[in-house]
Amino acid sequence: MIVRILGEGQYDLDDGALDALNGLDTQIESAIEAGDEDMFRTALQGLLAAVRSSGTHHAADSLDESDLILPPPDATIDEVRDLLGDDGLIPG
Amino acid sequence: MSLMKRISLIFRSKANKALDRAEDPRETLDYSYQRQLELLSKVRRGVADVATSRKRVELQVNQLEQQAAKLQAQAEKAIAADREDLAREALTRKSGLAQQITSLKEQQATLQGEEEKLVLAQQRLQAKVEAFRTRKETIKATYTAAEAQTRIGEAMSGIGEEMGDVGLAIQRAEDKTAQMQARGQAIDELIASGALDDASSLNAGDDISRELDALSSTSDVEAELARLKAGSAAPQAIEAGDGGDILEPAPEQQAAQRPAEGGQA
Repeated sequence: MIVRILGEGQYDLDDGALDALNGLDTQIESAIEAGDEDMFRTALQGLLAAVRSSGTHHAADSLDESDLILPPPDATIDEVRDLLGDDGLIPG
Repeated sequence: MSLMKRISLIFRSKANKALDRAEDPRETLDYSYQRQLELLSKVRRGVADVATSRKRVELQVNQLEQQAAKLQAQAEKAIAADREDLAREALTRKSGLAQQITSLKEQQATLQGEEEKLVLAQQRLQAKVEAFRTRKETIKATYTAAEAQTRIGEAMSGIGEEMGDVGLAIQRAEDKTAQMQARGQAIDELIASGALDDASSLNAGDDISRELDALSSTSDVEAELARLKAGSAAPQAIEAGDGGDILEPAPEQQAAQRPAEGGQA
């Protein structure tokens, strides 16, 4: 499975690692809903650290699509909300 | 749905929209390649912009550090002259500068981080653009229009995602740089207005310097006066001793003669 951390590139992960990530992903989502910046930050850092430690860098010259995409490490809740909006942060 | 999944779907739909716009799928390849090259040069400009801002902040840090050193020296001078009030004022200003310096150094680190990120983004995009160029030529040479469609879709989605990522990185770097520039300008204005007393300006004369200068010129005058008094006594003693006036320089001779005449009268 390929996971991209925005601003950092793509990582290859075993499918088995996904379960651990899903837990953290749920925490991030509820932090965003609650508008809890501290919880959001902690959960996001945890999620990104887990991807970095259990994954390996995907070949830079591949043209493969990622299965999952994660916000950049210094993203704020507002930025992630914008990212999720249709005409949000991602330049078309 | 998971956050990770939602973000990736949004990236995908953007890439697909770009793909749908072209009528001949092969045109999509060339058009996309063109956009990739444009994005690459935009990243290069971004790197240069961030580097310029970083250097400017570094320069400001240097200026403020010089100024802090100057205030420290002033405080020491003031203590030596027994002016605790002046020393206190100098140290207070120095601590104000220290806060500015700390915040500027944080900005410097942020900009350094953005610069490194953009350099890496540039390398990643470069590798992908190169791979895309090769893939595009293969697709154009080998496949019929109908077959090409699928291959193009594959090539486009991978590069589209990277472009979205890099585009976002540039946008974020630009935003951060703009914020820093606004703050940097404020510091430049402070320096220019003399509020922080720019150490680099030649006619620098803040009030502490002026008072210290006044102090030292007062003590210089006293010292000069004392030396003159001592000096006027010495030739008198010499003249009284040998009585010879030929070897004496004219001004001193005149100065020395008056008391001598007074003595004769």
